[in-house]
Amino acid sequence: MKKMRFSIYRYDPDKDAKPYMQDYEVEIGPNDVKLLDVIVKLKTMDDTLSFRRSCREGICGSDAMNINGKNGLACITDIADLAEPITLRPLPGLPVIRDLIVDMTQFFKQYHSIKPYVVNDSPRPERERLQSPEDRKELDGLYECILCACCSTSCPSFWWNPDKFVGPAGLLAAYRFIADTRDEATSERLDNLEDPYRLFRCHSIMNCVDVCPKGLNPTKAIGKIKDLMVRRAV
Amino acid sequence: MVNRIVVGAHYGLRDWVLQRVTAVIMAIYTFALVLFLLAMPSSYEGWKAFFGQTWVQVLTQTTLLAVFMHAWVGIRDLWMDYIKPVGVRLTLHVLTLVWLVSCVIYSIKVVWGL
Repeated sequence: MKKMRFSIYRYDPDKDAKPYMQDYEVEIGPNDVKLLDVIVKLKTMDDTLSFRRSCREGICGSDAMNINGKNGLACITDIADLAEPITLRPLPGLPVIRDLIVDMTQFFKQYHSIKPYVVNDSPRPERERLQSPEDRKELDGLYECILCACCSTSCPSFWWNPDKFVGPAGLLAAYRFIADTRDEATSERLDNLEDPYRLFRCHSIMNCVDVCPKGLNPTKAIGKIKDLMVRRAV
Repeated sequence: MVNRIVVGAHYGLRDWVLQRVTAVIMAIYTFALVLFLLAMPSSYEGWKAFFGQTWVQVLTQTTLLAVFMHAWVGIRDLWMDYIKPVGVRLTLHVLTLVWLVSCVIYSIKVVWGL
């Protein structure tokens, strides 16, 4: 059986004065296809190793981590594609709770700040609010976001100003509701983002696009928000 | 004073548009400058006569203004990204503005030969 080397970020604030990297060697079996399979195996060898995981198929977004220097989901990353030693670190820029687990409070605060729900004060129709297939198509590439935070935590603007810059995930969600024809708060949403920090910290370096495990394009969505602002202003 | 995180200054779009428009102006002038260099005689008199024409002066001055406005947005972004204490940031904003306004005045002197 093939052995693979790992170097994993360890930090338990109750015990460790400082974070450190711990080396592991794991035997890769025929059923160890994705990185998460191997991390789960590692956990049986060393049960102090902490990480989040849930659906193990790229839907829940729990197991986002920094894999060989690039953010991604362990559950959909092929182990065969990774160079050794496989270096695992927590998502950058967020406070570490323990080992690979980060505190996502700031990330979700930004997400909530864009009001991630349809605002519609018109009288309710008897059945659901319908959309035409064309209008519905506008939401493709936006609604698929699983809020794993890979994008926002790879964005330097989010690292420097996580309390003020909404970040790529939040802005993608913001555009998802701006683009929704059932939403009536477009102008308020644009007002909410017309800010040097909240939106305009994005300098379009596209780290978010590079890492998104769902293949989404926050930079494009941010560009569309700016387009709408220009259209509103001129 | 309470230490709240405050956002919502309701500006940013104009600067963002300004940065893009000034970039286009600079690109146009860069292209024009290459043509000037190709077409112009190499002598000092030739250059002097060329830059003595009003349209060249206007184009040059407009571009220089674009450079200074572009620099304002870019440098301000730098301070906003990396400088956290508000007092220091405000001081740097003001110093940048003073510097750029001085540059504008000096560029007028240079371009128009005053």
